[in-house]
Amino acid sequence: MRVKITVDGKSYEVEQGDNLLRACLSNGLDLPYFCWHPILGSVGSCRQCAVKSYQDDDDTEGKIVMACMESSNEGCRISIDDPEAKRFRAQIIEWLMINHPHDCAVCDEGGECHLQDMTVMTGHDSRRYRFTKSTHRNQDLGPFINHEMNRCITCYRCVRYYRDYAGGKDLDAFGVHDRMYFGRQEDGTLESPFSGNLVEVCPTGVFTDKTFKQHYTRKWDLQSTPSVCVHCSLGCNTILGERYGGLRRVLNRYNADVNGYLICDRGRFGYGFVNSDQRISEAGVRIADGCTLESIDSDVAVRRFTSLIKNKESLIGIGSPRASLEANFALRQLVGKENFYSGASAQEFELVATVVDAMRNGSTQTPSLRQIESADAVLLLGEDPTASAPLLSLALRQSTRQQSILEAAKAGIPMWQDAAVRGLAQDSHGPLFIATPAATALDDIASETVRAAPDDVARLGLAVAHELDPKAPRVVKLGARLKLAKRIAAALLAAEQPLVVAGTASGSKAVIQAAAAVATALGVARAKAAAPWLFLTLPECNSMGLALLNAKPLAEIKQQPKGRGGSVIVLENNLYRRAKAEQVDALLDGKTLVVLDHVQHPTVDRARLVLPAATFAETSGTLVNNEGRAQEFHTAVMPTGAIRPSHGWLLSGLTACRPDEKHALSLEDLRAACAAEFPELASTWLSDESPTLRYAKEKVPRASFRASGRTAMHANVSVHEPTPPEDPDSALAFSMEGFRDPDAQLIPSYWAPGWNSVQALSKFQFEVGGPMRGGKPGVRLIQPCKDAPPSYPDEIPAAFAAREGEWLLLPLSRVFGGEELSSMDPAIQVRTSQAQLLLHEDDGLSLGLSEGDIVEIQSEVGSFSLPVAMRKNVCRGVAMLPLDTPGVGFLQLPLYASIRRVSG
Amino acid sequence: MLNDQVQKEIRGELEHYPTPRAGCIEALKIVQNHERWVSDTALQEVADLIGIPAAELEGVATFYNLIYRQPVGKHVILLCDSVSCWLTGCGKIRAGIKQRLNIDFGQTTADDRFTLLPMACLGNCDHAPSMMVGEVLHQDLTPESLDQILEGVD
Repeated sequence: MRVKITVDGKSYEVEQGDNLLRACLSNGLDLPYFCWHPILGSVGSCRQCAVKSYQDDDDTEGKIVMACMESSNEGCRISIDDPEAKRFRAQIIEWLMINHPHDCAVCDEGGECHLQDMTVMTGHDSRRYRFTKSTHRNQDLGPFINHEMNRCITCYRCVRYYRDYAGGKDLDAFGVHDRMYFGRQEDGTLESPFSGNLVEVCPTGVFTDKTFKQHYTRKWDLQSTPSVCVHCSLGCNTILGERYGGLRRVLNRYNADVNGYLICDRGRFGYGFVNSDQRISEAGVRIADGCTLESIDSDVAVRRFTSLIKNKESLIGIGSPRASLEANFALRQLVGKENFYSGASAQEFELVATVVDAMRNGSTQTPSLRQIESADAVLLLGEDPTASAPLLSLALRQSTRQQSILEAAKAGIPMWQDAAVRGLAQDSHGPLFIATPAATALDDIASETVRAAPDDVARLGLAVAHELDPKAPRVVKLGARLKLAKRIAAALLAAEQPLVVAGTASGSKAVIQAAAAVATALGVARAKAAAPWLFLTLPECNSMGLALLNAKPLAEIKQQPKGRGGSVIVLENNLYRRAKAEQVDALLDGKTLVVLDHVQHPTVDRARLVLPAATFAETSGTLVNNEGRAQEFHTAVMPTGAIRPSHGWLLSGLTACRPDEKHALSLEDLRAACAAEFPELASTWLSDESPTLRYAKEKVPRASFRASGRTAMHANVSVHEPTPPEDPDSALAFSMEGFRDPDAQLIPSYWAPGWNSVQALSKFQFEVGGPMRGGKPGVRLIQPCKDAPPSYPDEIPAAFAAREGEWLLLPLSRVFGGEELSSMDPAIQVRTSQAQLLLHEDDGLSLGLSEGDIVEIQSEVGSFSLPVAMRKNVCRGVAMLPLDTPGVGFLQLPLYASIRRVSG
Repeated sequence: MLNDQVQKEIRGELEHYPTPRAGCIEALKIVQNHERWVSDTALQEVADLIGIPAAELEGVATFYNLIYRQPVGKHVILLCDSVSCWLTGCGKIRAGIKQRLNIDFGQTTADDRFTLLPMACLGNCDHAPSMMVGEVLHQDLTPESLDQILEGVD
């Protein structure tokens, strides 16, 4: 309910019960604060947001209160400008600043520092303290985060985020008084895969981005561009910072429906592949010896390309789940829809199709990532999202608080009263049931966990579905798990908003179908209550987009009548990750291979013609995330030299080899053609009348007001200032001038007068933490079929039985090292642990193994060796193999294999 | 390695609390009773015993100045370091300790018998200056009585 409050004589409308600080900020008022944060709530510890509060209209005295700790009620009257409140706040910041060093000029936070902003806002400009400041020893916190404790103002945000919010175990507050210290118990890498958010959560320069430090640029000198993360299927929104033609850093970009205020470390620090000197930067043609790649210039490359693709009949195009919708569609245009194949593996193809089918033809609702936080009972089947879709894990962690938040609400405690709500909850966590083959990072907050092979996970899911809807098939011989299924069904049914989570990382179609079955049965059992939620993860950033383009599976290529001759065009894809080497070799045998990509891999090594493609940071495009949300990313760095966006190469080829036909010539044309052919995708670009759209005939500047060095930065080459690069594909300009109040989607960075830090974001939202002003957070392309009759899988998988002497190899996702592009980043590589085969301890002992032994894993498709890790928390009879293990090559899992000790 | 007795005492103490985490201060005190101080390894073991991260237990241990995270001597002298004691000459007592034992605040004698720490406040202002040696409170201190007290300690 909205109520009216009075601030300094002016009336404002706010949400009843909201804390006054958030209410003030939501109304655009400037009130300094430190310990409060939209996702962390209030604890009232820093005392910076003090205001004068008056009891009633007759009260002339008033009293000082902390705005973040007071509820907004009808008729509430406060003053921010009251002289006493102002003096109070000035005193607080003076205290907070006592030990703070005068090192802004060498501090990475300088220029985007909340502490600087608040100090200026409060008016504290000279230091009276003349004694020795307390100083601290800094810790080495690993490759991502730089630690400078002397700058700390003890607001506690870091531990409240890292420990309370993200469930981290290795960062805490130590000591008391002047000796307060925030860090690890001993030096070492911060273990949480969400540690990077400390950079944005810390209001000053204690925790800063270590990778940024290697090519540091002040915020005001970066050219910033809105983008979308490419390192998993969730499609978190990011801001890319550019200077001197390099990608300098990745920041969170707020999306109220997707990632909110946070991104994971893979997304934040995995950008090194863009700047890598290993990149493909020149077009190349393989000379006669078959090994050497000879550099050719772009025009020659286009001519070569044209000659190789002239004959459309014998063309094959293989798309990519990590390339944009536009690039994939351009390839499809070039080769024709009958020759356009998905670049996903056969298994991925099938699993993604299963997901799309469940979303499109089922009656269950796919929640947004942010909505997941408010689910109050969760069933997680088959995979650990911390590795496959990291931010999902963080959202699920919040969902386990939902019941205690509801309980606190009943006791009259609003959600923002963070310490009180957490105190009431103690260690209790709302229902979260996890059924996976191996331990997950959410086990610590799970109500119950069960370790089972994928088929058994699916059986458990189907049993839950049967408990909820007797029409669902009955699973027999469940044993003790029948009772578990009943408990899960009861918990899901009792919830206000239950959620079922699964995904393709389990490698099991049965698991995905079972998850959909549980959600469907829940819908039946809940009858008229809100549709239950089903959230399914996918393998890559554009797996969904590729699936929506109706590409044919790779396996069908063999059935083409013209087996030999012709050309194969591979778009941003390493086929050796998608199929067995023999299959790929057979597929490419006798054909001329053209590869468009930016990173080196074995498929590039085979190519006759290599075309240097732009990375996601160097082009505009659209990705469709796992929930079917189409989101645009834009060029942050202009491609240099011969590098062109993939769709650019493909369109040049198309125009050159078929000059008589009418073709798309730009990204804009491509989108129009794509929308015409795929009505489902049409809404993607609707509201962006055109990518070259100008606001009031101006483009949106990527550079800040005070960007410096424009005339000097290239003076070593020429004293004449170069023309700024033209970006024809978006409404953004590489400039300081233009229109600065665009749609939320196009906001290049957050800044407002007096607010230089990322916390200026409040100024761009309707309400702090709510939707952005003037923005569509991407377009949801897939709507559930509300009236679909409940349907369940016909087949129930047989129960898994451990085999004597053989182990079922299953895929194990890893947050670092398990994703193709981020794995090339040097900082991510430091965080990547050695690949190990994970076994149950007793299985290992039965093989006479001890931890770290090297074992040979032998299957019908060959053998390889790995060190072994033995844990109790793994399903018996299975062995977990990290995806993308170097030296292992493509394996279609699951697969039975024998394990033999090679050496200790 | 925590010996069986310490582990048993900690386990017994933890039973008194609804959540094991709540017993962490008592657990640290038990370790300290046996070992005089809490070493890094002991901290880790206690954390494992309670089932909380070592970092969280360290936060508790370093919050309290009477949980010692560095080795202390056999007898810890807590010399009251507060207003009433300043007024009544605790400086002389501190100097006396320094002269006799050659240690100042935060230091331990070479023979590991005494550690001197400041303490604000012992709540014994009507008998200032005061200090505690181990568990025993000594009050109305003078340089002479200090000598007697220290001589009386084994």
